[in-house]
Amino acid sequence: MMEFLGKTNIDFIGKRNISFVISAIISIIGMIAIIQMSRGVANMGIDFTGGTSVQLKFDKPLAMSDARKALHAAGIEAELQEVKEGNKLLVKLPRKSALAVGKAAELVPAAFVKAQPGLQVTVDSTTEIGPSIGEKLRKDTIVAVAISMLGIICYIAWRFDFKFGVGAVVATLHDVLAMFAAYYITGREFNLLFITAVLTIAGYSLTDTVVVFDRIRENLHKDLKGSLHKIFNNSINEVLSRSIITSLTTFLAAISLFVWGGEVIHDFSFALLVGIVVGVYSSVYVASPVVLLLEQRAMNKGESGAVQPVKA
Amino acid sequence: MPKGAGWRIALIAAFVVLSCIYLVPTLSPNLPEWWKGMLPKDKIHLGLDLQGGTHLVLEVETAKAVEGTLDLVATDLEDTLNSKNLRFKRISRTASDKVSIVVYEKDTATAVQKLIKDKYRDYEIIPTVEEGGMVGVALRMKEQDIQDRKDKAVAQALETIRNRIDQFGVSEPVIARQGINQIVVQLPGIKDPQRAIDLIGRTARLEFKMVKEGVSPTGGAVPEDSEVLYEKHTDPTTGATTEMPLVVLKKALITGDLLTDAQVRIDSQFNQPYVGIEFNSLGARLFDQITAANVNKRFAIVLDRNVYSAPVIRERISGGSAQISGNFTEKTASDLAIVLRAGALPAPVKIIQNVTVGASLGKDSIDKGLMAGGIGVALVIVFMAIYYKLSGMVANLGMVLNILYLMGAMSALGATLTLPGIAAIVLLVGMSVDSNVIIFERIREELHLGKSPKSALEAGYDKAFLTIMDSHVTALITAAVLFQFGTGPVKGFAVSLSLGIMINLFTSLMGTKVIFDLFLHKGNVKKMSI
Repeated sequence: MMEFLGKTNIDFIGKRNISFVISAIISIIGMIAIIQMSRGVANMGIDFTGGTSVQLKFDKPLAMSDARKALHAAGIEAELQEVKEGNKLLVKLPRKSALAVGKAAELVPAAFVKAQPGLQVTVDSTTEIGPSIGEKLRKDTIVAVAISMLGIICYIAWRFDFKFGVGAVVATLHDVLAMFAAYYITGREFNLLFITAVLTIAGYSLTDTVVVFDRIRENLHKDLKGSLHKIFNNSINEVLSRSIITSLTTFLAAISLFVWGGEVIHDFSFALLVGIVVGVYSSVYVASPVVLLLEQRAMNKGESGAVQPVKA
Repeated sequence: MPKGAGWRIALIAAFVVLSCIYLVPTLSPNLPEWWKGMLPKDKIHLGLDLQGGTHLVLEVETAKAVEGTLDLVATDLEDTLNSKNLRFKRISRTASDKVSIVVYEKDTATAVQKLIKDKYRDYEIIPTVEEGGMVGVALRMKEQDIQDRKDKAVAQALETIRNRIDQFGVSEPVIARQGINQIVVQLPGIKDPQRAIDLIGRTARLEFKMVKEGVSPTGGAVPEDSEVLYEKHTDPTTGATTEMPLVVLKKALITGDLLTDAQVRIDSQFNQPYVGIEFNSLGARLFDQITAANVNKRFAIVLDRNVYSAPVIRERISGGSAQISGNFTEKTASDLAIVLRAGALPAPVKIIQNVTVGASLGKDSIDKGLMAGGIGVALVIVFMAIYYKLSGMVANLGMVLNILYLMGAMSALGATLTLPGIAAIVLLVGMSVDSNVIIFERIREELHLGKSPKSALEAGYDKAFLTIMDSHVTALITAAVLFQFGTGPVKGFAVSLSLGIMINLFTSLMGTKVIFDLFLHKGNVKKMSI
């Protein structure tokens, strides 16, 4: 029998002060990212802001400064973003840009050809989003995230109890914030695909949390007298290897997307990778300690002093 | 054979056969005739992000359609009053839903009101007002009629756009209404998206107007019945455009709805393409009258407020055909012919979303997506085989079944595969072995407790059941939300994900279990390869 981890006996719950600090830092960065997004300072995809983006492919390398000059000469105000592979360039035009919708795919390549005669320009893709669409998408996204969170709380609260529901949601929010933080720090573009990744991970990371919760519940029923601290710790240790392995298989699949999946889903798979890793961490270090905290508080209220205090 | 294994195996096998049958149309482009008669024809469609193409969302400016209708009413009233010798100062549309008539006398006003009552029964008549010796009469379109007109405008626009696209020649286009005033157009695999966008977005309102002679277009004041329009000239060698202003009468003599046909022809003298148009009988008669009455005057052929050409009428033209020239290329001439044949849009449309993916990027995406998927599957298979040995291979078999079922189901539903959809499938590969990992770990635990392989297996599946259920339901909740709110590629992702989660529940709880049962049912197996 091959095992990465034999029987472990790590005091996960005992380290909760450290883990809470780490999680708090991650969450705060995530929140900063969201605030910056709402202020419009973060790298936002045009799905949300409205505007135009044109991805071009050239037959030979083109320096960014030359590209900027070419657009400037044509009177096109744009933001340029390098694409990792090939001689590709992403040109983003703000919503206020004077170009009419439907014209960018013509005018932008023309500007380059004019500045550099003989340059072969192919339009890889064009995305133009009118302001009303961006507005609607933003609203829909917020509603989508809210509904799925609500659905998850309700389900977990029904299957376990309310305290577990809270623990699951705190952990899920933590994972989501961590993904925002990772995207923000690496300067990636927040777009619709990112939101898709976030919602996917919100559903997926719960899988892990549910595995841990299931075991905690099972052990709580078996051992009615033991200290909560010990039951929680044992439960996590018991399921640790499966948490890691389930995530590992998904991680393997996601990393192949990240490495070989091509430019379009590169960032998307990055978000998935971050989410998968953080998902394991949060089910051990966030979800369970939060439930423990709530359980202890409930017990202390119910029969103060009857349960031996748990060392923090 | 263990109890109950027979029907489970039969079920699994039946699904395999079904999936294969459903996959045939997807995998083979040319189906034999006998297949088409009785077996499924639906296949997995490739999303625009994979095959390249254009996704457009158009907004019909419906208010303009209402205004257009009222403008027609105003013109019609003008003719009627003239023919009845009722003197008026001015007739015009004064609000988005109102036409006002100003007359000199009260008697005339009463007569006009009576006329309106007879002729425009569906309109609301606003009481007369007197101002500075004049009398104002007005009629207003009812709210219900306005809504009807707007609704009809969108339906008409959709039909017109469908006609244009059909004539342009795009295979499997999707043209559908969305919400109150939006139209979604999907053009898969289109080679020249810019041309298609221009073709669709054009209002294509063709008008013949007389040129007002003796008025300088640049000299400021233009008479009230006239307007300045521009004729654009593009130099074919330098590409520079020049605009020439022209004063024309506002009133259109003939409009595009009187056409029956439009075709590209080549001028034999200058080898220059032009568009030959044919009028219907009413149009032909009007054209005959107008040309007869205006010999040696100029008229302008105006499309969407741009003057195409302003030739001098040399002689009366009978027979109902005319030509539109004005330095066309073959492409622009053929596009103009298409929009003229398909008719004008009842109101202008605005493109509010345009997502175009070039064919090469699409090809690149699908190649890379499939390769990444293949590598992902291989990595997971190797890992499971090493870590869980034979049991791992059983899980791998379950995963392969999963993919087969998923593809079969998507094919049966005629679902669309997008790049994020491929990502969802790859993700599912990871998730589908997850369920087995949860079960296997449980079995290992039970084996550690000293149980026999058979009872460890039973206990493992039993105890893991709820965990697997819970984790699948939570994942399904978010997948369903994504499906509800997503569009395009994201929706494709949600479809693949939700189908996959449901199928995975079946294969992990049923598919892999039956194989273990087959091996272990005698109860004398001493060791389990896990």
